[in-house]
Amino acid sequence: MKRKIPLIITFVVGVVLIFAEFIPHKPFGLISGELEKWYLIIAGFAIILGQLNLFKVNLFKIRYKQQNWQYFILTLVSFSVMVLCGIFWGTQNNPGVFGNGAAIATAMGDKPFDYLFLNVYQHLSATMFSLLAFFIASAAYRAFIARTTESNLLLAAAILVMLGNTSMGSILTGWLPESLKFLHLPRISEFIMKYPNTAGQRAIMIGAGLGIIGSSLRIILGIERSYLGGK
Amino acid sequence: MTHFFSVLGIWLGALFTFAIFSFLYKDNPFYKIAEQIFVGLSAGYWFVYTIFFILMPNLFNPLLQDFAVNWIKLIPAVLGILMLLRLIPSIDWVSRFPIALVIGTTSGIFFLRYLKSDVINQLTATIMNPFHGANWVNVVGQILLIVGTLSGVIYFYFSKKHEGAFGVTAKIGIYFLMVSFGAAFGYTAMARISLLIGRLQFLLGDWLGIINP
Amino acid sequence: MATAKRKQLDRRWLFLLLFVGVALPLIFVIGFPIETTENVRMVYNLVENTPPNSKVILSFDYDPGSKPELHPMAKAMMQHCFDRDIKVIVTALWPMGVQMAEEIFSDIQSKNPDVKYGIDYVNLGFKSGGIVTIQSMGKQFREVFPEDMNGTSIDEFPIMDGIKNFDNLSFVCSFSAGDPGIKQWVQVTHDKFNRPVTGGVTGVSAPSILPYVNAQQQLTGLLAGLKAAAEYELLSKVPGTATSGMDAQSIAHLIIIIFIVIGNINFRRDKKAEKRGE
Repeated sequence: MKRKIPLIITFVVGVVLIFAEFIPHKPFGLISGELEKWYLIIAGFAIILGQLNLFKVNLFKIRYKQQNWQYFILTLVSFSVMVLCGIFWGTQNNPGVFGNGAAIATAMGDKPFDYLFLNVYQHLSATMFSLLAFFIASAAYRAFIARTTESNLLLAAAILVMLGNTSMGSILTGWLPESLKFLHLPRISEFIMKYPNTAGQRAIMIGAGLGIIGSSLRIILGIERSYLGGK
Repeated sequence: MTHFFSVLGIWLGALFTFAIFSFLYKDNPFYKIAEQIFVGLSAGYWFVYTIFFILMPNLFNPLLQDFAVNWIKLIPAVLGILMLLRLIPSIDWVSRFPIALVIGTTSGIFFLRYLKSDVINQLTATIMNPFHGANWVNVVGQILLIVGTLSGVIYFYFSKKHEGAFGVTAKIGIYFLMVSFGAAFGYTAMARISLLIGRLQFLLGDWLGIINP
Repeated sequence: MATAKRKQLDRRWLFLLLFVGVALPLIFVIGFPIETTENVRMVYNLVENTPPNSKVILSFDYDPGSKPELHPMAKAMMQHCFDRDIKVIVTALWPMGVQMAEEIFSDIQSKNPDVKYGIDYVNLGFKSGGIVTIQSMGKQFREVFPEDMNGTSIDEFPIMDGIKNFDNLSFVCSFSAGDPGIKQWVQVTHDKFNRPVTGGVTGVSAPSILPYVNAQQQLTGLLAGLKAAAEYELLSKVPGTATSGMDAQSIAHLIIIIFIVIGNINFRRDKKAEKRGE
């Protein structure tokens, strides 16, 4: 029961959805529509599960005093503060259990939940990703070495695209006569993106697509069962 | 009061920005503090938004407003609760039922959508008359597109040893993949620099007021 | 024994140079020229050729992590839609996209109070589920989004009159930072329901999304990264943060390229020295 019923559910649901594509009438169309609505709700619970699990994992780290455990207290505190602010005073447009939070919003300029988002979270998130600008520059300096035909192609494409994607490319070759405009750096960059890049990416896309189709079929037919976990 | 919170907000943003940037010098407690606050706030945000934007409008409100019509939503509600029971190790197996439904739905839809969009439509877009172009640059490009796509796909076929004519074709495929990886690097560099520009626009504009943000 | 390799430059010097190289052009504006590309013109023309009073979806599928890249193009596109009297329905496959859209709308509304919530614009909020949710929207839009982000029934908004599925929309535009995002919109909205899809993506995902811009028109044009945002601002004649960031972008690229060249020169020298040592 612990494994067979889930396998049956996966098979039936998968087959119904595939059938509904070709027979969009009753009952397949109706069932597939209902399944999609259920999916949306269950996916919501899955997000809640993810956040609760994060809480649990961090709690364990603190309880068993793992390395740097003091920092994980901050994770729990910031999580709780954000959730409580949202539940007590609501979000920008949704009321919370304490009402619409008009008074506090007037004092702070925003509700506490939105204030934290705009003034703390937003900056943390943007800065965290902007760090990669430095690391990609450093990686380019250390690892982008022309050694073989393959690496030469990689290097050439990267430099041409980088030049073509800025105003620098326009300035460097902007003087070219109309008959040689195909050598204009922004046009070379556009050409690379439109043809050789698309060819390479399309090959990856087709390969990955075939892989996903195969995996989906294996899951629906019950050959692939790893998603059920052990035992 | 509003002005105080507005100024405090900008300073909080600037301080957390520097806390993260301090990692560029070396790992330090300021970075670790900012990192953990980032994780906590992010999880809290998702939690609250899931309740307000999914569970309330799509589940709780319909059930409370018109139970007779929407009773069927009790089924995904029960499945959702079973999903949450995954947190209790002794009965975590019950979460397999909602997971099975989610996986079945995803597999069914992925099977159809990837087949059409990423296989059939991509092949259709590749198999064209390459000589039907506005100028010779387009014609060359279209020939490259066909050769590159087909040889790239052949490279990903690992059930046959890459030797002889097959190996040469696969090698050509690698060259096209390298060009696309190079292009991807160029675009990635552009993306990451853009994010840094965004940060500096905040620091120089909103915080220091040197530039007009 | 091979000779010792040249000592690598401490990467923190490179970090500092990049930081200064990006900061200076933001303070001292150079005003490098910007050229438009075909993919951006296709997106621009799609909006230009959409009749007034049409309804479109702008899906905000990103968060603050990608804001500097996607926010300027989303703002330019939304402004362009309002200029052309096109009604904008906002959805979000990423929870923080809701706030991103609100920021843009309140900014536009502060300059143009004639744009009214519920008539010209509505924000339907976030839904999880990615591709499954989009497929469901194509069949039963009002069931997926029964309320807007304020919890008000969509029946109360004139902009939502007659919206049952994608057939009632002129096009869908996704500003996408990853998955779920523009790929899923293409797979469902264009490839299943046959409606035009366009959008903007981060530079990181642009190369892998470009194959959808093809003769099948799975995607009608594509805005890729900050450069495309600057091009869109140029076409719509409303310069914004993307345009002002392009000088810094150019200088930063030049710094990276110079360091790639230095890295390669060092490599050649080391190799020669190694040979001589042998």
